[in-house]
Amino acid sequence: MEIAIIKYNAGNTQSVIYALERLGINPLLTNDFEIIQKADKVIFPGVGEASTTMKHLKELGMDVLIPRLKQPVLGICLGMQLMCEYSEEGNTTCMGIFNTDVKKFQPQNGEKVPHMGWNNITTIRESWTADNIISADMYFVHSYYVPVTPDSVATCNYIENFSAAMAKDNFYATQFHPEKSAKQGQQIIKNFIEL
Amino acid sequence: MLKKRIIPCLDIKNGRTVKGTNFVNIRDAGDPVELGALYAEQGADELVFLDITATNEGRKTFKKLVKDIAQHLNIPFTVGGGISSVEDVAPLLYAGADKVSINSSAVKRPELINELALEFGSQCIVVAIDARLVEGQWIVHTHGGSKPTELELFSWAQETEQRGAGEILFTSMDHDGTKQGFAVDALKELGQKISIPIIASGGAGVMSHFEEVFTDGNVNAALAASIFHFKEIGIPELKNYLKLRDIPIR
Repeated sequence: MEIAIIKYNAGNTQSVIYALERLGINPLLTNDFEIIQKADKVIFPGVGEASTTMKHLKELGMDVLIPRLKQPVLGICLGMQLMCEYSEEGNTTCMGIFNTDVKKFQPQNGEKVPHMGWNNITTIRESWTADNIISADMYFVHSYYVPVTPDSVATCNYIENFSAAMAKDNFYATQFHPEKSAKQGQQIIKNFIEL
Repeated sequence: MLKKRIIPCLDIKNGRTVKGTNFVNIRDAGDPVELGALYAEQGADELVFLDITATNEGRKTFKKLVKDIAQHLNIPFTVGGGISSVEDVAPLLYAGADKVSINSSAVKRPELINELALEFGSQCIVVAIDARLVEGQWIVHTHGGSKPTELELFSWAQETEQRGAGEILFTSMDHDGTKQGFAVDALKELGQKISIPIIASGGAGVMSHFEEVFTDGNVNAALAASIFHFKEIGIPELKNYLKLRDIPIR
């Protein structure tokens, strides 16, 4: 099985590589269009600021390639947000795979932002995230969120309900970091690989 | 619901875990990768690895260690010690660390916080603050607590937030190593003055201290070292204890 991890200016790709290696898979970290298109699965990780990251993706042509991919694609954290239409972070036009905007958390009762730490997710629609999940606590770090939409498959609550995981056609995404979410996160990566 | 985090801290010198009491009298507490993986297995929510090596050789060993830790650990971890530039941070994050913590270097040159936040995002910038109560004021100290500064805890914490810190790790030097409990009042006040998450550090001795710091102190996370390393408190039993007292725990 060939797993391609999209290579661009993102900091946490190494953690995703190690998570796959722990599952016995050696992924390819690449920005080569041909290799990405031929891979069995594609992972699109993301950590950082939306507008800067989108700029890097545009320079590589990834904003055009990613929405056209036909195999299962998994967006993680900022990756998921950039798969939406628009982000309030840096007033950024994103890739438009999921038909929703990304909003900034507005604390109402002194809640801290970023939403940082372990929080439980609730499955609202059968999808890959629901299989074999022992504990539903996942690790989140984010200041912007995707509202609950028809493409949401799991939600989380912090300040309000938001999308913890999404799925549409061949596109899958998590707001949390499965690569940092202990055994249950590893299971979600495994479920994606076995799709 | 967002859970309160339990964070074991591992001080690293020349690739080994050590922990001082009141920042002196260091004892060896084992291999960091093994200990980190054990804590992750036991339910630690996050780990902090602080490099207290002063030599260049020691720093190189630490970078190698970060990669080793990232390969074996499936929970988030922060690394700190001797970081004073964007160039210092990049290899640590690329080796697989999730966050970096800065302390003396931020006091010396506060713009460092802005630079790191811009380059890597606020989510990976932890500002560690060591302070001690001096004539009724929490005075910030640097260099492992040995040098007093002109800064006062609350205003310094607010400044670091404005500059782009993602989290504050506050150690009360008056409480650290005493096992008499965390600086709950100061932590509570700090929480009212800043809007980023707070990690409490210094003073944990018994399980009820964690309950206190999460309820009365209202912090997001609590950090401890020797009580975990020397098995005075087990992480599974601590988490059960807190769950029974209705504290949100993973």
